[in-house]
Amino acid sequence: MTAFLVVLVIILFGISVWQMSRIFQLAQVKPSVNSEIASDKDNNTQGYLMMGFLAFIYILTIVSFWLWSDTLLPDSASEHGSRIDNLMLISMILIFFVGIITQGVLHYFAFIYRGNKVKRATFYADNDKLEFIWTIIPVIVLAGLIIYGLFTWTDIMNVDKDDDPLIVELYAQQFNWKARYGGNDNTLGEANVRLIEGVNQLGVDPADPNGQDDKIVTELHLPVGRKVLFKMRSQDVLHSAYMPHFRAQMNCVPGMITQFAFTPTVTTAEMRQNDHIVEKVANINNIRKEKSAALAVNGEEPLETYEFDYVLLCNKICGISHYNMQMKIIVESEEDYNSWLAEQPSLAEQLTK
Amino acid sequence: MSAHAQVHAVEDHNDDHGHHHKQTFVTKYIFSTDHKMISKQYMITGIFMGVVGILMSLFFRLQLAWPDHKFTIFEIFLGKWGTDGVMDPSVYLALVTIHGTIMVFFVLTAGLSGTFSNLLIPLQIGARDMASGFLNMVSYWLFFISSFIMMCSLFVEAGPASAGWTIYPPLSALPQAIPGSGAGMTLWLISLAIFIASSLLGSLNFIVTVINLRTKGMSMTRLPLTIWAFFITAMIGVVSFPVLFSAALMLIMDRSFGTSFFLSDIYIAGEVLHHQGGSPVLFEHLFWFLGHPEVYIVILPAMGIVSEVMATNSRKPIFGYRAMVASLLAIAFLSTIVWGHHMFISGMNPFLGSVFTFTTLLIAIPSAVKSFNWITTLWRGKLQMNVAMLWSIAFVSTFITGGLTGIIMGDSALDINIHDTYFIVAHFHLVMGISAAYGFLAGVYHWFPKMFEGRMMNKKLGYIHFWVTAIGAYGIFFPMHFVGLAGLPRRYYSNTSFPYFDDLADINVVMTIFAIITIAVQVVFLYNFIYSMFYGKMGSKNPWNATTLEWTTELKHIHGNWDGPIPHVYRWSYDYSKLNKDESDYVIPGQDFIPQNVPLQDNEDELDH
Repeated sequence: MTAFLVVLVIILFGISVWQMSRIFQLAQVKPSVNSEIASDKDNNTQGYLMMGFLAFIYILTIVSFWLWSDTLLPDSASEHGSRIDNLMLISMILIFFVGIITQGVLHYFAFIYRGNKVKRATFYADNDKLEFIWTIIPVIVLAGLIIYGLFTWTDIMNVDKDDDPLIVELYAQQFNWKARYGGNDNTLGEANVRLIEGVNQLGVDPADPNGQDDKIVTELHLPVGRKVLFKMRSQDVLHSAYMPHFRAQMNCVPGMITQFAFTPTVTTAEMRQNDHIVEKVANINNIRKEKSAALAVNGEEPLETYEFDYVLLCNKICGISHYNMQMKIIVESEEDYNSWLAEQPSLAEQLTK
Repeated sequence: MSAHAQVHAVEDHNDDHGHHHKQTFVTKYIFSTDHKMISKQYMITGIFMGVVGILMSLFFRLQLAWPDHKFTIFEIFLGKWGTDGVMDPSVYLALVTIHGTIMVFFVLTAGLSGTFSNLLIPLQIGARDMASGFLNMVSYWLFFISSFIMMCSLFVEAGPASAGWTIYPPLSALPQAIPGSGAGMTLWLISLAIFIASSLLGSLNFIVTVINLRTKGMSMTRLPLTIWAFFITAMIGVVSFPVLFSAALMLIMDRSFGTSFFLSDIYIAGEVLHHQGGSPVLFEHLFWFLGHPEVYIVILPAMGIVSEVMATNSRKPIFGYRAMVASLLAIAFLSTIVWGHHMFISGMNPFLGSVFTFTTLLIAIPSAVKSFNWITTLWRGKLQMNVAMLWSIAFVSTFITGGLTGIIMGDSALDINIHDTYFIVAHFHLVMGISAAYGFLAGVYHWFPKMFEGRMMNKKLGYIHFWVTAIGAYGIFFPMHFVGLAGLPRRYYSNTSFPYFDDLADINVVMTIFAIITIAVQVVFLYNFIYSMFYGKMGSKNPWNATTLEWTTELKHIHGNWDGPIPHVYRWSYDYSKLNKDESDYVIPGQDFIPQNVPLQDNEDELDH
C-alpha cells in the first residue's frame, strides 16, 4: 500500500511539474531570434569583467610570490649553478615584463573596444611596418638569450679532464641509488650487469685491477671545492639523477654511461645556516609539529624534526616506488671527506669477506 | 540585421544535387559518410573521452592535496586499487598515464581537429563533402575502436599502462618493472596503432579535399585561417605520425618477439635479460619526432578557430592575414626539427642540445607574431562579447603565459634544473592543454548552430562556464610553477617521503580546490550542450553575421550541403566593416560584413585579397 502511494505521489508530482512548465512556456513572450547573441548590455558587462580578470591575473601573481617565494630553491650550491641562476633571473625578468604588458594590453583592448550599436570598427587589415617591428624585436632578444644560454650550456657540459675531477659513479636501480668511488687511483673498474653476482651488486669486473680499490656506498659524500665528474649507470629502467640544489641533472640509461660534472661550493653545514634554508626549515618543522599533534590524537608516532640535507632524487618515472627513490648527499671539507672515505671498505675487501 | 545582399549564384554543372537517397537510422547516425554527422560523432566521442580524462585528473589531484586522507570515491572508482579509500601508488601512475594519453590524443587531437576539420573544411571551401566520404567514415570508426580498446585497457587485471604517456622503454617494455607494462601496455600500443591509422586516413582526406575541392574563386589566399590551420595540421600529422607508428611497432617487437631495438644490459628481478645493443634514447628520438609536432597538431586548429572567431566578433579583418599564414607554416616547419628539446639531459651528445636550443627558441618568433596580430585584431574593433569570443581572448592570454615559460624550458642550460619538474607540467598545460581546450570550446559555442541545425547554446550558462573555467585554470596552473621551481619532480605519488617538500602542501591544496571548482563547472557546459542540442533556441541562418560560406547553407542539414548550386567566391573571408569609396557607409549599406559569395561592388576599392 505504501509503495502504491509513493508511486502515486511521484506520478502526480511529475504531472504537476510538467503542467507547470507548460504554463510557464505559454506565459512566456515568444523570444526574439537573437536572444542568445550578445547584446550591448552583455558586451558592456563582459568588457568590465575582462578588466576584472586582468586584475585577477595580476593579484594571483603577487599573492603567489608573497605566499610561496620562500618555498623556492635556495642559492645554488655549485659553481656552474650560479650562472644558471643568473640566466634564469634574466629570462624571468624578461618574461614577466613581456607577460605583464601583453596581458594588460589584451584585456584592456577587450574592455575599451567592447562593441555597441553605434560604434564602427576600423577596417585595418595589414601593416608591414608593424609586422616587421614585432618580428625583429623577438629575433634580437632571443638571439641574445640563445647566445648566453648556449655559452652557459657548453661550459657546463664540456668536462675538462685537466681539472682532475673526482670520479664517482651513480648507480640507479629500482628503487635506490648507490655510489661508487674510484678509490686511490680515481679510476672506476669496468662493470656490466652480466657480472652481477652475490655481493658484487654493481657488476664490477673482478678481474679488472682498477676495480679492486673501488668503494661502493649508499650515502654520497663530496669534498667542497673539487670538481666531481659523475658517471651514471642504470641496471633496469630509465632513471634520472636530479640534484636540485646543485642545478644538476642527468638521465641514467641502461646500456650506456652518461655523465655530468659540477663543483660543490657550499658544505651541508654552511647551507644549514643559509637564511633562506633556516626560514624554510623552521616553516617545515612548524607544519610537522602540527601534523604530529594530529597524529598523537590518533595514538600514532609523531614525525621527526627535520634537518636540512642535500638530496639526490629520481626524476624519471621508474616504477611504483619512483616517489621514494633518494640518496642523501653530504658536502664536507676535504679532510672530513678523506677520513669518511678511509672508513669505507674497498670492493676487494667486500668480495673476499 | 539585413539579410545577405545579392547572392549571385551561378549554375553549377559539375554537381548533381537534389538526389537524396532514403536514409535509414544506421546510414544516417552510425555508418554515416556525411562530414557533418562524422564531425558530430568525433565531437561526442571526444567529449566523452574528455570527461573520463578529466575525472582521472580529479582523482590524482585529490591524492596530491590530501595524501593522508581516505576517500570513499577512490574505493568506488578504483576498486582493488582504492581499498579503504587509499590510492595505490601503481594506480596513481596509471591515472597520470591514461589522463595524458586521453587528453593529448583522444580529446585534443581527434576531438578538436577531427570535429572541426570535418565540419568546416567542406563547408568553408564550398564542397559538397570530403574527397572520400567512405574513408572519412572508416577514419571515425577506427578512432572509435581505438577509444574502445583504450577504455578496455582500464579493466585489465594487472592494471592499465602506467609508464607515463611517453611510454619510455625499458619501463614500458618489461612487465617485471611495473605491472601496467603487461596486458595494459599491449592494449595501449594496439589502441595507439589504430589511432594512428585513423589519424592518417583523416589527414590525407583533409589535404586532398582542401587542394582539390575548393569552389570557383576560392584561391588559397582567400581561404579562412581555420582551413589553413587544419590543412597544415593534417600535413604535420602525415609527416610525423608514421614515425610513432614505427616506434610502437618496434616496441611491440621488443616486448613480444625478443628483439632489442630499445633494450640493452638489463638486470631485473634477479636475472640478466638477453637484450643487447638497443638504446632507450633511440626510442626517445622516435617518440618525440612525433611527440613534438603533436603539440602543434593540437594547438594549430585552435589557433585557426580563434583567428576566425576573433575576426568575426571584432567585426574587423584578422590583422596580417599573410603573416598569420606564414607563421603557421613557419611553426609547422620548425615543429619537426625541435624534438630534441625534450631530451637535453637524456644522455645524447650535448652538441645536439645546442642545436635544438637554437631551433626551439626560433619557434618563439612566429608565435610572438601571431600573438601580436591577435591583439591588434582587437584594436579599434567593435567587440561582440559572445561566449566564443571570450574563449578566444582567453586563449590568447593562456597561450602567451604558457608560451613565455617555454623560453625557459627551451633553453638547455635552464632545462637542466627544471626538466621533469612541475614547472614543465604547468607550462604545457597552459600553452597546449588549456589553450587548445579553449580553442575547442570557442569552436563549439561558435559553430553549435551550424552543427545542430540552427539551435544555439544558452549564453548565460556559457558566461558562467567561461568565467569560472578561466579563473580556475589560472588558479590551478599558475601556482604550479612554484612547485616546479621548488624542485619537486612530476609523477610523484606523494611527496611525503621528502620532508624537504612538506611546505608545498598548501600550494597543492590550493591547486586542487581550483581544480575541483573548474571540473565542477564543466557540468554546466555538459548540461548546456545536451539541453541546447534538443531545446536550444533557434537562431537565424547566419547568427554571428559571418562572411564565410558555411553560413550560406540552409539550417536543415542535407547531404551535399547546398540545396542549389555551390556558391562561388569573389573575395577573402575577412571583409568586415569595409567602407565604400567615399567612406560614407559600409560597402553594403547598413551591413558591416560582405559574405565571400558577394561579387566585388562598384563602390569599393579592390584590395589584393
